[in-house]
Amino acid sequence: MTDLLELRNIETYYGPIMAIRGVSMRVQEGQIVSVLGANGAGKTTMLKTICGAMDPQKGTVRYQGREIQARDPDWVARLGIGHVPEGREIFPFLTVDENLRMGAFSRRDGEINRDLELVYTYFPALKNFVKQAAHVLSGGEQQMLAIGRALMLRPQLMLLDEPSLGLSPLLVQEIAEIITRLNKEQHVTVLLVEQNARMALDVGDFGYVMEVGRIVMEDTCERLKNATDIQEFYLGMKDQGVRGRRRWKQRKTWR
Amino acid sequence: MEVIQLLISGISQGCVYGLIALGFVLIYKATEMVNFAQGDMMMIGAFVAVTFINILEWPFVWGLLATIGVMAVFGILLERLLLRPMIGEPHFAVLMLTIGLGFILRAVAGAIWGNEPRVLHAPYVGEVWRVGGVIIGADNVAIVLGTLFLCGLLFLFFRFTRLGIAMQAASQNQLAAYYVGIPVKRIFSLVWALSAVIAACAGVLTAPVSLIDPLMGFVGIKAFAAAIVGGFGSLPGAILGGLLVGIVEQFAGLYLPPGFSEVSAYVLLLVMLMVRPAGLFATMQQKKV
Ligand SMILES: Nc1ncnc2c1ncn2[C@@H]1O[C@H](COP(=O)(O)OP(=O)(O)OP(=O)(O)O)[C@@H](O)[C@H]1O
Ligand SMILES: [Mg+2]
Repeated sequence: MTDLLELRNIETYYGPIMAIRGVSMRVQEGQIVSVLGANGAGKTTMLKTICGAMDPQKGTVRYQGREIQARDPDWVARLGIGHVPEGREIFPFLTVDENLRMGAFSRRDGEINRDLELVYTYFPALKNFVKQAAHVLSGGEQQMLAIGRALMLRPQLMLLDEPSLGLSPLLVQEIAEIITRLNKEQHVTVLLVEQNARMALDVGDFGYVMEVGRIVMEDTCERLKNATDIQEFYLGMKDQGVRGRRRWKQRKTWR
Repeated sequence: MEVIQLLISGISQGCVYGLIALGFVLIYKATEMVNFAQGDMMMIGAFVAVTFINILEWPFVWGLLATIGVMAVFGILLERLLLRPMIGEPHFAVLMLTIGLGFILRAVAGAIWGNEPRVLHAPYVGEVWRVGGVIIGADNVAIVLGTLFLCGLLFLFFRFTRLGIAMQAASQNQLAAYYVGIPVKRIFSLVWALSAVIAACAGVLTAPVSLIDPLMGFVGIKAFAAAIVGGFGSLPGAILGGLLVGIVEQFAGLYLPPGFSEVSAYVLLLVMLMVRPAGLFATMQQKKV
């Protein structure tokens, strides 16, 4: 097994605030890797550093052996890294169909329509809204749209930021199954960030636990499930507060 | 009769305001900044057309196409050289930059083409038709038809082309556009090119009616008012706002004491801000991010 993604000693700042404090991790091809951590642990910041939305002060991100840190996110996406960001971030006034097609923006091959059908087979609920503006979708449907949109890139690696956030237990279950299926059937390697530890440990092969910007534990998900710390801190507590969206872009955009 | 006559000139003037307003709104929606040099870009476009058509004596259509090409490149260069390095700077700094850009463009135009007003040699200049008691100038008709044509093209572009939809995507959710692999920075360049081209078209269309001189870009201020009236963020709103400002201006000129015509755009703006602060089309296009 080779490393598809490798982070080495990443440090990322928000202005003077150090949000990632020397994180190293690896994701092997074909795996589902879960990252657990409480609010503010730095999970989202880490994904943003991987995809290029934020530049690390120190450290390297390697994808297929190639350094990709501090590049523009669109360039990183075109390497085959699909990103399902925290809070879905769909294009609200484009139709569902257009949202999905935008997912394939960088592709030139003739199989976009085929993949569109594929997405609809994974998410039949979206089929009812093909020509409607995406902002009319429910939260769960928007999450499916966001995953489907990332799938349209035909990604080798998919970054998922709390896909279970705000969804009913049944939907969380459904999303978990879809993630497993995408991994098995479409051979997508997955880096899954979750507060829902049960779900993350169920679908994951390998897991990391983050606390205030550091990795404090790493093991196979099987063993993490049995670790007492995890049982106490993550599997015991379930509630997830609604967080305001934070944004921070290091001189990459106009806002 | 007089009412219809006023309406005709109001509509054709309004189309010009609307086109400039369109440029404001396009750039604002994509990059969240206001380009106060939009009117001056129109002026540059008009002078470029004068260069091709009057000075080099190219046929009108070829001159127009060449102008469009030159202005597209001009827009891209402006974005690349001036605006892109400003990414991440405070908004007001960018604002000052575009205001400064306006000054520079006016000075440069004066230096190259002189401050004497010029008339663009459009083939239809001087043609008039009489319908009933109303006199319709071909230049007015050209403005209206040209605006309709341009709006139609833009509608098709934004609705049906991959690039047009990507522009919408980038303006609705910039971060997500990056994440799906849309080259957002290149899209911004193209948005600047597009609004420079629209400005140039406005300049060429208005040239036979109003004279071309380095200060003609000041109508941009009225167009800015029109953009706000239209909701600043809606493309149809920009055109509608322009029409409203153009028509009100004409009628104010006739029915109100002298001087009111010039300020009517701002009065309209104030009234609109009081009655419907979000503008005509605000409900249609709310920005999420
Ligand atoms: N825009 C911002 N400006 C300043 N600090 C920020 C910003 N966004 C996040 N932070 C800080 O960086 C740290 C990590 O935030 P991050 O969003 O990565 O956490 P997270 O693990 O994704 O949390 P959550 O589970 O709540 O999404 C936090 O301490 C947070 O306060
Ligand atoms: Mg987060």
